[in-house]
Amino acid sequence: MTTTPRLRALTQHHLFWPVAVLVVLLLINVPFTPDFFSIKMTDGHLYGSLVSIVLFGSPLILVAVGMTLVIATGGIDLSVGAVVAITGALTCSYISDQSDQGALAGVFLAMGIGLVAAVVCGLWNGFLVARMGIQPIIATLIIMVAGRGVAQLITDGQIITINSEPYKLIGGGYWLTLPFSIFVVAAVVAVTVALTRKTALGLLVESVGGNAEASRLVGIRSRRIKIMCYVFCALCAGIAGLMISSNTSAADGNNAGLWIELDAILAVVIGGTSLLGGRFSIGGTVVGALVIQTLTTTIYTIGVPTQTNLVFKAAVVIVVCLLQSPKFRAKVFGNKFGPGKRTKGGDTTSTAPADAAPTTTAAPKMEVS
Amino acid sequence: MAEPRPVLEMTGIVKEFPGVRALSGVDFRLFPGEIHALMGENGAGKSTLIKVLTGVYPLDGGTIALDGQPVRIDSPFQAQQAGISTVYQEVNLCPNLSVAENIFIGREPTRYGRIQWSRMRKEAAELVDRLGLDIDVTAPLSSYPLAVQQLVAIVRSVGTGDSDGAGAGTKVLVLDEPTSSLDRDEVLELFRLMRQLRDEGVAILFVSHFLDQIYEICDRMTVLRNGTLVGEHLVSELDQVGLIHLMIGKEMDQLEGLHEQQLHADVGEPLVKADGLGRQGGISPFDLEIKKGEVVGLAGLLGSGRTELARLLFGADQPDSGKVSIDGKQVSMSAPNDAIAAGVAFCSENRKTEGLVPDLTVRENIILALQASRGWTRPIPVAQRDELVAKYIKALDIRPANPEARVGQLSGGNQQKVLLARWLITQPKLLILDEPTRGIDVGAKAEIQKLVVSLSEEGMSVLYIAAELEEVLRLSHTIGVLRDRKLVAQLANGPEITPTRILETIASGEHQ
Repeated sequence: MTTTPRLRALTQHHLFWPVAVLVVLLLINVPFTPDFFSIKMTDGHLYGSLVSIVLFGSPLILVAVGMTLVIATGGIDLSVGAVVAITGALTCSYISDQSDQGALAGVFLAMGIGLVAAVVCGLWNGFLVARMGIQPIIATLIIMVAGRGVAQLITDGQIITINSEPYKLIGGGYWLTLPFSIFVVAAVVAVTVALTRKTALGLLVESVGGNAEASRLVGIRSRRIKIMCYVFCALCAGIAGLMISSNTSAADGNNAGLWIELDAILAVVIGGTSLLGGRFSIGGTVVGALVIQTLTTTIYTIGVPTQTNLVFKAAVVIVVCLLQSPKFRAKVFGNKFGPGKRTKGGDTTSTAPADAAPTTTAAPKMEVS
Repeated sequence: MAEPRPVLEMTGIVKEFPGVRALSGVDFRLFPGEIHALMGENGAGKSTLIKVLTGVYPLDGGTIALDGQPVRIDSPFQAQQAGISTVYQEVNLCPNLSVAENIFIGREPTRYGRIQWSRMRKEAAELVDRLGLDIDVTAPLSSYPLAVQQLVAIVRSVGTGDSDGAGAGTKVLVLDEPTSSLDRDEVLELFRLMRQLRDEGVAILFVSHFLDQIYEICDRMTVLRNGTLVGEHLVSELDQVGLIHLMIGKEMDQLEGLHEQQLHADVGEPLVKADGLGRQGGISPFDLEIKKGEVVGLAGLLGSGRTELARLLFGADQPDSGKVSIDGKQVSMSAPNDAIAAGVAFCSENRKTEGLVPDLTVRENIILALQASRGWTRPIPVAQRDELVAKYIKALDIRPANPEARVGQLSGGNQQKVLLARWLITQPKLLILDEPTRGIDVGAKAEIQKLVVSLSEEGMSVLYIAAELEEVLRLSHTIGVLRDRKLVAQLANGPEITPTRILETIASGEHQ
């Protein structure tokens, strides 16, 4: 097989490997579920495996998109899972106190309260990281641990169940034949892309993550930028929290969003954003999150024995990370898919995911609950 | 000098990067027991050739032979195994470890899997001693100045293979700009070590932008231009004028004209006034006035407080005494933002760590300062941005002239120009240049100095810091002399001010 320049250009595109992995994972399902790609219309709703993957992957996409910006600044946010739980707990407990759980005003107010709590968590993280100079992994560990406790305090250690039609829409309802959460995700992704690429925010974030001291000396208010990123990340986690609690019509302080931070970090890395900070790709993150959700779905459809779930998932993740590594590709495939005309010097954008791989391959072992 | 067989022979070396042919068919040879200079402008291919030799870049064409045997060098480790050691401009050691640990890191003497600490210290001490250095190998590396750390890096590289017979001894030692941050005494110590190694039969490849140093220490030189070999010459047979001619391919512009021009230029009203500005451990309180269109040069030895003074004027460090006013208005200087808003720009001497964002493109790096001052909500309109960037790439002759290129890929001189472009685009009133010509080639040096003169003519004030006194004298209207973190004198430039006079002032430490 000869590699034409066009094919080479295609394989060099930063989204090529994440998308390729996604397609392969989807195709693996076909022998096990022949109608995997079919989408049926039932009761005016679209059903099918692809729709479910996006539906169940929605919270992860949201959390991962927020995580991308934090990671691009050179930080990390471990608290997103706890923020998911806090938001869900606050919102559901407020709704459950209402006499009319279906009242729109009450539901909106409840969601507002939940999201404000998420923003407060983000402010706290950002304050610790940017103002106090605490390492991000430690700073966000605080809410990661304490946040679950707070969520359980809010719910009195119970699982609060609610019965609210309007609230059910966000995570479990349909609109224009599609799950409503898909529209929420699309809106958040669109807003994020616009916010980072139509303004200068993306450039400034990449600058802060790429060289913090140079950014300070060039007059970028990097502390403000970092705080914004942590707040945005927490807000995304909050929306995911609404979605998860809405989907189950319940707030579970213990288990809602458990380990989602690790899946989210993994999605960001699979999407090609370096854990070292700097260049980021929202599109890559969305694909990365879909890869992880597809993997989870695949594990169920092809009938991997439950006890080997984690090992199977870890194995796939290792393969994905290896495929992302230009060094590995050059070794295994030769120059065909290798780095090709590699640009000069430490090509950190492309090598960094490879370097980051060992840290993140450790993560998935703990993450499936 | 002509030994029968070179220890290293590189033939027809080709290296390509996307859109650039960095080396096209370069031949290079190195004889045992010689110090060989690799000369050329920025972007001529010096660094690329070294990186190909040391296994950092894979080869796109050509062959490398060591002792007559063809070798494949795919990684820095293989290069070291083959006997090629490299010491870079930036010291790549661990400052928190001891000197002995740094020398033996990765090849510690072991017995039953345990490190033999005492043997390691003893061997390190012997090695240091043999090379005639006075270094306590048990002290942490960070307790020594940069120059000594550099010497330790050399000791480490020639010590490769000494223990447990792993790998061959060093046959080829590559020194890439080792002198750029050393003062005179330190350079002499380095040269003494280099001569000793040469006499032991090591072939040394030396890269430096200081022509005087080349003529002092080297036996032979190879000149590159635009990725091709221009020629190989004995140092004794090629004078400096001839060398510069070969390097830039045209007669160099006379920089002396600049000096005349500066001496006769008029400067305007006061722009910047610092009163008793100082910082504990940085620089003693000083008074300084910079007028509009004036170039103030700072002269002083390394560590005399030149950079510290500049950083205070930019708010990069917070002063703990004194105040600054710009255009008659007092500026708080609590952060770079304040200084930038008042029209001050600062090109740090550390381009890589404090200047550029290597992952971003040339365009993004150029607009960064302007964008930062506009805030994130007001991006520079695309058309205006592209026009500005294109204008400055052209005006400063940044190569490659591709705004999409990653800045990390550019050569040192071009990186410096990107940094200059970044600040010029903000149209500052005061431009602080800290060692803008360090580590860049003759051609780019001349361009930057000419730029400074023309900026000052247009009314921009410049605070100019350079290690080379001639450079400071050539460009400055006023010269601030620093010694031991004090501004000891401010001299108006004139015919009677010479490098000797400045050195006397530094030595006596007094105003005259």
